[in-house]
Amino acid sequence: MVLNMGPQHPSTHGVLRVLLELDGETVVKAQPDIGYLHTGIEKTCEAKTYSQAITLTDRVDYLAPLSNNLCYCLAVEKLLGLEAPPRAQYIRVLLTELTRIASHLVWLGTHAIDMGAMSVFLYCFREREEIIKIFEMVSGQRMMTSYFRIGGLALEPPPGWLDRVQKFLDTFPSRLAEYEDLLTENKIWKGRLIGVGHITPEDAIAMGVSGPTLRAAGVNYDVRKAFPYSRYNEFDFTVPVRTESDCYARYLVRVEEMRQSLGIVKQAMAKAPATGPILADAPGIVPPQREKMKTEMEALIYHFKIFTEGFAPPPGEVYQVIESPRGELGFYVCSDGSPKPYRVKMRTPSYINLQALPRICEGRLLADVVACIGTIDIVLGEIDR
Amino acid sequence: MTDTEAAEKLVVRKLRERNPHWVAAVVEFRGEVTIEVPREHIVAAADFLASDSELKFSFLSDITGVDRFPVEPRFEVNYHLLSIEKRERVRLKVRVGTISPAVQTVTTVWPTANWHEREVFDLFGVRFEGHPDLRRILLPETWEGHPLRKDYPVEGYR
Repeated sequence: MVLNMGPQHPSTHGVLRVLLELDGETVVKAQPDIGYLHTGIEKTCEAKTYSQAITLTDRVDYLAPLSNNLCYCLAVEKLLGLEAPPRAQYIRVLLTELTRIASHLVWLGTHAIDMGAMSVFLYCFREREEIIKIFEMVSGQRMMTSYFRIGGLALEPPPGWLDRVQKFLDTFPSRLAEYEDLLTENKIWKGRLIGVGHITPEDAIAMGVSGPTLRAAGVNYDVRKAFPYSRYNEFDFTVPVRTESDCYARYLVRVEEMRQSLGIVKQAMAKAPATGPILADAPGIVPPQREKMKTEMEALIYHFKIFTEGFAPPPGEVYQVIESPRGELGFYVCSDGSPKPYRVKMRTPSYINLQALPRICEGRLLADVVACIGTIDIVLGEIDR
Repeated sequence: MTDTEAAEKLVVRKLRERNPHWVAAVVEFRGEVTIEVPREHIVAAADFLASDSELKFSFLSDITGVDRFPVEPRFEVNYHLLSIEKRERVRLKVRVGTISPAVQTVTTVWPTANWHEREVFDLFGVRFEGHPDLRRILLPETWEGHPLRKDYPVEGYR
């Protein structure tokens, strides 16, 4: 029997269609059918200037928008040979790690509610609300912040924002302990997740799987450690790796990642100087400060040129990779010397991790398909772009 | 890293040693090495890079298509490789022309290439010979045209 786990389904975490060929309750074949959220973001990027395309990148992985911003900004900065000032880099790390926590909270909440643990969903969203409020305080936007710019940050963070971050750091560890109390030794949780969705490390690498799914299979690969970016090499954190490679191991890996992210946020708060430039000193690329623009002729001309024409990087191509909450996020940006990107390709982790879905749920029961989809942690915006 | 230093890199040297026809050009830009491989040799070169014990490019990160219309050869297919053990990245580039653009599939070397190649076929129209299931992935099966080509308008056809 062929069953359609249709694009509209509460457990597919978005508009994902999975064609399931069943033999009773056992899944013989599972075929994902994607493209329901395809909006042509990559094509649209070719019609915008490099700075305008930043807002498009938010919408790709909409649960971790700052990760996409960071990857794109780093890619264009690489193309230009530009580096953001240290203060901007530390604040970027801080906000990206908060994004990682926020994304994992959504994952945990939705995964738990798929398995039937409904209260965890509300608790996770309560915590995430605090993070979103920090984003709103800093950038004016709760989710699609577009807070990073080519060369640094968009705005000076407001006074008092670090107090709010500190308050989050103070309350979150006990809340995380609360979730673990509810789930980690829970018989139903363990019964539904242990042994489900197994993939061997060789298969995982062959299928291009990355992120917590790969690390739960025993492969110690985290882009923050392997190819450090934005001063991650100055931070002290461990990368959780497990070997059981089932849904339960992935749960443990992601919970531990949340703890490690808290540690990184704390270090970033200490490292980031309280004052200093948030944008690089690059006159033709980074817009001048408004006071200068109003009094100096050169600054006015630069401002005009940047906002009407945009800046043109040298012709060439770069592939910038970061560790997003879902895995290896890569932006391939190709320039032809004009102010608009010639090609932007977003190598999104969910797209590739979803390819492994047939491998991990074929031969198992129908109820495990929901656990498997949840454990891969997919975001359809990222898959379809 | 200059172009000469890039040519000295292990991956380039080993590829040239194994078969000099595999390396058509080597470019270095912003610390990244791009090796242009002629179309007919891509599978052999890919197999070598994935299996060689000193290189171990076992992880295919991405396959990207680029349309260079109206320059010929029109399409570029870029393979972004990663070696987890050696912490190295490299890009392979294959150029294909406008008339019946086709490249051999690398799904035999890296199974993850399956969806990557389907996407390049869907959005650019480059065929991958030997692909187990070459059909559109993001757009509906009945869609006509290949949207990421430069002669396809951003707003689409109505």
